[in-house]
Amino acid sequence: MVMQPASTELAARTAAVISEMKNLEGPLIPILHGVQEEFGYVPQESLPIIAEALNISRAEVHGVFTFYHDFRHNPAGRHVLKVCQAEACQSMGSDAIAAQIKQTLGIGFHETSKDGAVTLEPIYCLGLCACAPAAMLDGEVIGRLDADKIEEIAEEVRK
Amino acid sequence: MSVTIYVPGDSGALSLGAEKVAKAIAKEAADRGVDAKIVRNGSRGLYWLEPMVEVVTDAGRVAYGPVAAKDVASLFDAGFVTGGQHKLSLGDPEKLPYVAKQTRLTFARCGITDPLSLEDYEAHGGLTGLRNAVKMAPADIVKQVTESGLRGRGGAGFPTGIKWKTVLDTAADQKYIVCNADEGDSATFADRMIMEGDPFVLIEGMAIAGLATHATKGYVYIRSEYPHAIAVMTKAVEVARKAGVLGKSVLGSSQGFDIEIRSGAGAYVCGEETSLLNSLEGKRGVVRAKPPLPAIQGLFGKPTVINNVISLASVPIVMDKGAQYYKDFGMGRSRGTIPIQIAGNVKHGGLFEVAFGLTLGEIVDEIGGGTASGRPVKAVQVGGPLGAYFPRALFDTPFDYEAFAAKDGLIGHAGITVFDDSADMLKQARFAMEFCAIESCGKCTPCRIGSTRGVETLDKLAQNIEPEKQLALVTDLCNTMKFGSLCALGGFTPYPVMSAINHFPEDFRPATVAQAAE
Ligand SMILES: Cc1cc2nc3c(=O)[nH]c(=O)nc-3n(C[C@H](O)[C@H](O)[C@H](O)COP(=O)(O)O)c2cc1C
Ligand code: SF4
Ligand code: FES
Ligand code: FES
Repeated sequence: MVMQPASTELAARTAAVISEMKNLEGPLIPILHGVQEEFGYVPQESLPIIAEALNISRAEVHGVFTFYHDFRHNPAGRHVLKVCQAEACQSMGSDAIAAQIKQTLGIGFHETSKDGAVTLEPIYCLGLCACAPAAMLDGEVIGRLDADKIEEIAEEVRK
Repeated sequence: MSVTIYVPGDSGALSLGAEKVAKAIAKEAADRGVDAKIVRNGSRGLYWLEPMVEVVTDAGRVAYGPVAAKDVASLFDAGFVTGGQHKLSLGDPEKLPYVAKQTRLTFARCGITDPLSLEDYEAHGGLTGLRNAVKMAPADIVKQVTESGLRGRGGAGFPTGIKWKTVLDTAADQKYIVCNADEGDSATFADRMIMEGDPFVLIEGMAIAGLATHATKGYVYIRSEYPHAIAVMTKAVEVARKAGVLGKSVLGSSQGFDIEIRSGAGAYVCGEETSLLNSLEGKRGVVRAKPPLPAIQGLFGKPTVINNVISLASVPIVMDKGAQYYKDFGMGRSRGTIPIQIAGNVKHGGLFEVAFGLTLGEIVDEIGGGTASGRPVKAVQVGGPLGAYFPRALFDTPFDYEAFAAKDGLIGHAGITVFDDSADMLKQARFAMEFCAIESCGKCTPCRIGSTRGVETLDKLAQNIEPEKQLALVTDLCNTMKFGSLCALGGFTPYPVMSAINHFPEDFRPATVAQAAE
């Protein structure tokens, strides 16, 4: 059997996400979330497929895609670490915590480690402001970050 | 004999290890042959004591905290399943001063019940408000909400009943109830706590809003940073649907109402109501000019009630106990209770629901217990990233919408961030501008460009380049932003910036700045 070209597969997977959500009122954001869940990011090639299915212009889909911080243009690392940089966390030293994390992981914000293990991002509030400084690793919440917890995170992502 | 043990499933408790504690308790109980039923409740909001574990004993609930997984064996050794003494004993949780001093109306069940048990919800007074509403005419529901004096808890403080009346009075084939659960302000977590800890109270409030306005469809727009809240709300809606609270007929009435949960996509500005509506419609989250009001032309152009989580979650108690009961709490034009969120560098951080009127000093020093670091309090920011920084000199300001406005500040969503004396207010002012630049929807030049210029100007000030000129420039920029912005992101960013400059001039003085730069 001949391998399907990647673009055909991508189109099929995008279409599957679309057909699941198409009947929602205002389906575009749920679809973009769905596509990102499927691929780990929103592939450029998915955008015209979405536009056609929803009968809107490519420019509109592109505009929406680029407006929201959540939607990734490129694949992320195997783990995503989001470190809160908002005021309540600042008051508990989130600057120093972020610096320590960057040093431990050897990457800055919006960067992915060379081995593809982890992507580091700033985030502005996780609702854990009474448990500051806070972070989120792959959707799991972490409060009262300190040197020990940073070490645990580093171990986890290097596994 | 079976024992019931509560281990919070609230994000805050989870962030401090509650999952490991729950697992350790389950394992230890199994090993010791103890028949334990573990309930994952919400949090009572005493975050310095989380994970706070509670055991049901013959003498009522007994609390222990903060519990770590490594404490679990010793808790069993101490006989905690029957309320035995342990170094982490807190006694009756209701008698903890932080709990006893509160007036819990909106948060009456949060941390007490099983969030996803509708039976538990009803056993603790839930659904009484909705049952009353089902028997009433829409206009009478609106009247009761109006008379309660409830004002929007999302920040602007607009009377909830009046908003509902506009929607009721606007004829349309379809109307919507939209719940604003974007909760983007730093220092706020009340919405998250209620969605994770007592989701049915929000569902009940939205159903009442539906009955009051003839809206049959509701959306809860929850920020994507809250995956746990999204999960609990999604399950709670399913439970409510199965039980006939939601669906084609609300509790057997002639009107239907259903709810859909939607996730945001990481844009702070989408908490602004018209930007949120655009986002729900699948558009860029750009702010719309008003008029038309969302109450007249909202979601998909239809009349729409858009309210904050806490506004909607406060409606069931109003419909249960009556307008007067709710209104009797509070001061001036700020009626009822407000869930104050005490956060940042503070000893007793958490949620404290109380009638309006406490002074800022009482909240920070007495209830919050001062800083976590033990150093003096330097500044507190009230109302999130668009709120002013208050110095100690203004600690006599009562917690009331008008009193805060009179001091060039705002209550916002009632979040308070405490900073100790190591805070650098120039850095905080710069962050306010930077945040505005990152999150601006881009529609207004003063907001989009002004904030970026603000960052540059404050950077020059920090480098001591013509400091007097930079200060004048920032002040001027703030004026332009304040008066030339369509929404409060650009319009209120001057609050944190100017309050920092006005109340903490020493952090902006060339001499100190120069020293710091050396
Ligand atoms: C930039 C910006 C962000 C906002 N964020 C929120 C938010 O996260 N949650 C919220 O309820 N209101 C937020 N608001 C206020 C809403 O625009 C609106 O006033 C509120 O949803 C109305 O509901 P309420 O009357 O129940 O408060 C924000 C406003 C602005 C300008
Ligand atoms: S003030 Fe800023 S966020 Fe608000 S509408 Fe204007 S550009 Fe958008
Ligand atoms: S400010 Fe960091 S969690 Fe809220
Ligand atoms: S839209 Fe341009 S200043 Fe407001």
